[in-house]
Amino acid sequence: MHIAEGFLPPAHAIAWGVASAPFVVHGVRSLTREVREHPESTLLLGASGAFTFVLSALKLPSVTGSCSHPTGTGLGAILFRPPIMAVLGTITLLFQALLLAHGGLTTLGANVFSMAVAGPWAGYAVYRLLRRYDVPLMVAVFFAAFVADLSTYCVTSVQLALAFPDPGSGFLGALGKFGSIFAVTQIPLAVSEGLLTVIVMRLLVQSSKGELTRLGVLLTRSGKTTSDEPEAVAR
Amino acid sequence: MSRNAKINALLLLAVAALAVLPLVLGLGDHKEEPFAGADAEAETAITEIEPDYEPWFSPLYEPPSGEIESALFAVQAALGAGVLAYYFGLRRGRRQGEERTAAALRDAPGGD
Repeated sequence: MHIAEGFLPPAHAIAWGVASAPFVVHGVRSLTREVREHPESTLLLGASGAFTFVLSALKLPSVTGSCSHPTGTGLGAILFRPPIMAVLGTITLLFQALLLAHGGLTTLGANVFSMAVAGPWAGYAVYRLLRRYDVPLMVAVFFAAFVADLSTYCVTSVQLALAFPDPGSGFLGALGKFGSIFAVTQIPLAVSEGLLTVIVMRLLVQSSKGELTRLGVLLTRSGKTTSDEPEAVAR
Repeated sequence: MSRNAKINALLLLAVAALAVLPLVLGLGDHKEEPFAGADAEAETAITEIEPDYEPWFSPLYEPPSGEIESALFAVQAALGAGVLAYYFGLRRGRRQGEERTAAALRDAPGGD
């Protein structure tokens, strides 16, 4: 559930827009490079974007008695790294802001930052960390998707608490309030997203071994990832 | 049903259970408006903290009714599901085609 149109004061709206813009610009460059160098990955890119489309349209009931929806950004972050997910997430947010009055144009910067930047990076970091310690692929995928989903809504809560600190209890009081609305609601949904991402990854392992090996998700026979490691070192 | 398919089915069942349980257990009963969106609740919380706050921008287009809105959400989900289904269908078809070609080459007498 994104911050609704007009619900961030102009200064905050602009600041989050400025914070998100470089990530999206960098993402567009990574995306065009990926498509130019590996035209065969266009299909899987489309599938990753489609996964985000489906999941962020699924409003699910939660234990708090309210509804929210998953983000679907963990999968793309694992497959194509977070910069590309910044673009796919922004497309989804734009679709919802323009056609569904869900989220908004003035809050797009803040929503992009939480769902398309912070979530994918947090999920990807967890994924890399777990894989480094030889945690099985599907376990790492589950926690990456779980963290990408949950951290998105923690960031949303922080964004709102910064804009609307509680008159009595200040920033922390407001953070508790927004956190109980967004983050607690999101916990079971993040579990659902983790499970759904594992299902899609299992189907990908069955159907797209070559692609996953090229992207460094599956290991080659020598036990080294093909493309990801040198790139990560070069950064 | 293969072992793989069974595991996927179990995972899906768990997702369904997570969605259905809050409804069955009546976890929304304590609310005036059970199972409203978290974003609407956040708007309420904002007006509680800052009663004078007025949203300074309104959506350029707003679905005229709840029905239209749910239709558009369904379109979003259907688009995504369609692309995903296309992807997996294409992959499966390609794999079967490759297997068939390989089998044909193997069986062909004196084939190269």
